[in-house]
Amino acid sequence: MKTALIIAVMAIVTALLRFLPFLVFRSKTPKYVSYLGKVLPPAVMGMLVIYCLKDVTPMAYPYGIPELIAVACVAGVQAWKRSAIASILSGTLIYMVLIQLVF
Amino acid sequence: MKRKTVKQAFYTSLPVLAGYIVLGIGFGILLRNAGYGVLWAAVMSISIYAGSLQYVGVGLIASGASLITTAATSLMVNARHLFYSISMIDKYKGAGKYKPYMIFALTDETYSLLCDGKAPDRVDANLYRFLVSLFNHSYWIIGGIIGNLLGAVLPFSSAGIEFSMTALFVASLTEQWLATRDHVPALTGLLSTLLCLIVFGRDSFLIPAMLLITLVLTLLRGREEGAK
Repeated sequence: MKTALIIAVMAIVTALLRFLPFLVFRSKTPKYVSYLGKVLPPAVMGMLVIYCLKDVTPMAYPYGIPELIAVACVAGVQAWKRSAIASILSGTLIYMVLIQLVF
Repeated sequence: MKRKTVKQAFYTSLPVLAGYIVLGIGFGILLRNAGYGVLWAAVMSISIYAGSLQYVGVGLIASGASLITTAATSLMVNARHLFYSISMIDKYKGAGKYKPYMIFALTDETYSLLCDGKAPDRVDANLYRFLVSLFNHSYWIIGGIIGNLLGAVLPFSSAGIEFSMTALFVASLTEQWLATRDHVPALTGLLSTLLCLIVFGRDSFLIPAMLLITLVLTLLRGREEGAK
């Protein structure tokens, strides 16, 4: 019972966060919010990239080298092929090889 | 058109397929180790549908956390979803009957696939966005169930496969970078978050980072709108 309640609270709070902006700016989106809507996507992707790399240790072995190589691979393949599947697959494979066999 | 829309949506969702199955399996295993079976895994993945909160949630459930603690933790971990919704308000306009589900299912990964607001040519854009959301959700649920049932009997070492999520965000960022000449928003996100990571440490930098990003972008508003 307690478990079900905890799960319900997590589900409700998460849904509230997702629905809140849509409910608040229902009739007409203020110009400021529209502006944020345009500039936030690249900013948030930048934030998520850093968030994913937060556990990298640049000062201690392996100095973030596997992550650096794999991120460069993803960005490079994406710029070259413009295909998310190609870039994500190649970057992930390189990362797996690096941490399992090299570092 | 309908068939083409389904096909395109599936193709777009493929990068998330691998990542969600793997991360879902991770969650399923964690929940199993905490003593909760496959039904709980399915219920959580269907109703919460937020990766990092579900990982944290296993701990909350196992320790019997209070509902206040649970609510506060959910707020902290998922506050970034406010950002996603704000930037989709205009893009999800006119989604009609699909809209409530699309808002409910707006995860980090779905957002990264749909946030540029583009849809492939000659598809029903709203149905396309709905299906991408739905496909991603189903991968997540399936992953959680597989992980919970099969546990740790994977036949190969999957160490490092979690990098696929990082790769997805790097690929989206690169694509957005190439699509525009105005790199100020992307750099604002990268540098503000990096600064907050250094200042606040890796356990509590995300909310300061969101505040700083909002502040910087607000201050740059005149300049950014002038550039467009």
